[in-house]
Amino acid sequence: MPGWRIGNLGDRLFRGIAATFATIIVVVLLVIAVALTQASRETLSAYGFGFVVGQDWNPVEGANEVYGALPFVWGTLVTSFLALALAVPISVGIAVFIAELAPEWIRTPTGFVVELLAAVPSVIYGLWGFFVLRPVLIEHVDPALSRWLGFLPFFRGAPLGNDVLLASVVLAIMILPTISSVSREILRAVPNTLREAALALGATKWEMIRSVVLPYAKSGLTGAVILGLGRALGETMAVTMLVGNKPSMSLSVFEPAATMASIIANQYPEAQGRQHSALTEIGLLLFALTLVLNILARLLVWRVGRLPGDAGRA
Amino acid sequence: MEADDDKRYKVRAIDLHAWFGTSHSLKGITMDLVDRHVTAIIGPSGCGKSTFIRCLNRMHEVVSGARAEGTVLLDGENIYASGIDAVLVRRRVGMVFQKPNPFPTMTIRDNVLAGLKLNGLRTRDPDALVERCLRQSALWEEVKEQLHKSGASLSGGQQQRLCIARTLALEPEVILMDEPCSALDPIATAKIEELIHELRGKYTIAIVTHSMQQAARVSDFTAFFYLGELIEYGDTDSIFTKPSNPRTEDYLTGRFG
Ligand SMILES: Nc1ncnc2c1ncn2[C@@H]1O[C@H](COP(=O)(O)OP(=O)(O)O)[C@@H](O)[C@H]1O
Ligand SMILES: [Mg+2]
Repeated sequence: MPGWRIGNLGDRLFRGIAATFATIIVVVLLVIAVALTQASRETLSAYGFGFVVGQDWNPVEGANEVYGALPFVWGTLVTSFLALALAVPISVGIAVFIAELAPEWIRTPTGFVVELLAAVPSVIYGLWGFFVLRPVLIEHVDPALSRWLGFLPFFRGAPLGNDVLLASVVLAIMILPTISSVSREILRAVPNTLREAALALGATKWEMIRSVVLPYAKSGLTGAVILGLGRALGETMAVTMLVGNKPSMSLSVFEPAATMASIIANQYPEAQGRQHSALTEIGLLLFALTLVLNILARLLVWRVGRLPGDAGRA
Repeated sequence: MEADDDKRYKVRAIDLHAWFGTSHSLKGITMDLVDRHVTAIIGPSGCGKSTFIRCLNRMHEVVSGARAEGTVLLDGENIYASGIDAVLVRRRVGMVFQKPNPFPTMTIRDNVLAGLKLNGLRTRDPDALVERCLRQSALWEEVKEQLHKSGASLSGGQQQRLCIARTLALEPEVILMDEPCSALDPIATAKIEELIHELRGKYTIAIVTHSMQQAARVSDFTAFFYLGELIEYGDTDSIFTKPSNPRTEDYLTGRFG
């Protein structure tokens, strides 16, 4: 039948085009990786793995010139995980509220507002963090934290304003829409038949969410969280404006820090020679880190759609 | 007399109406389910069979925009009276759905115990309960070696029997079944029908079915629904041999539906 042939051709054409684009993306990623590796050849061969664990960063040419990425890796991980710790409960809560609890007419507007947060440029978050949040933290939050929790190593020292805490709180707000909107989609993919099964067994809504919906969505929600983490790790502008940009490896959230992204943003424009190579290598590290995390997250999100959902084999 | 009727009839729907948004799907159903007997509900697609039984355990209102009005007496007590908790009603009136829906994140064993767990109830000997319910639902022999596998690893027919076991574990008084065999092959269907036979006498059962043969095989009473109304209700033999309403006869003889 000719119709069949044409349909088949269209199918194949479409598959071909899709495959081409997928390949292009992989090639682009490879090209980036190769370019970064080439541009960081100098420090790669000079320090090897020592670059990743080196704690000193002195870009002044001469005998003392040295490059180590650890404080920036540290700064990135600390701010990102703190942001995650703040954002995850709130954003999963928002997602559960929108997907499971809110009356129909409230769902769309709430979701819309949360997603609007994702549309705000990151420099605006930086400004807002500096002019609005920073004074609030300095006047109210920091003193309370030092007073009540000052005995913990995490709240030692005198709050200066631009520190890990400020950057993390703003980061948390920035990743909130990512986590909550992906989580909402994940929850939406939970088959309704399972909700009904739970309710018909006499579960309350809360018991249903806790024992049936969340376990089903677990790996997908983990994926959503990792996507948020990926965003936090790479966030540059707002963090650079707020984190203090002083490489340190303190446990205290009242200390300034520098992140992988912030050091690149701060020093790249004037960097030369070996410093240029070192910054590029930090970029390479960040690229690898976010790529791996994103792949992991996508795999988890994708798996939920394929869980043995509402039973099929008769 | 009233009290006698409440005893004979486990569930009594009186002028029961149901809506989806503005569409009026159930138009004043008055009908009783006889205690510890099987009542079949038949009728063409969309006539309100599912809606009706979902009103009997207050599952109708779970659908957004859906609402029900009227009276449903369970042991003489109106489940739609204000102050009655739907959650408690559903513990007493279990439901088996058209599509088998075991919890895929739970093992077979945990699926059986799910009702207890969801309700925060405890049982002294969960293993014995699991075995008893799985035996009752004629699944035990097939799954006793794999109780720790996921509920989703079973075939459709086994999944449906697992769902029945899950319902039985809560020891409901009434079991509602909404086309429990429509997704199953003939052998699985026969197993479920056999099971209904076994449960009869212990539970009050309402079963929606598309298959007239099935209604004739499993039920003591049959109700014929049409366009949201109850057209005819009586004991199964007389409905099938000498229906009093011409529309029932048309449906039974396959002239429409
Ligand atoms: N979720 C729903 N939303 C809106 N209308 C519905 C919904 N479910 C059922 N209906 C309508 O209610 C009527 C009765 O449906 P239902 O009780 O499912 O019929 P049956 O089970 O007899 O096939 C039908 O007209 C159907 O279109
Ligand atoms: Mg139906």
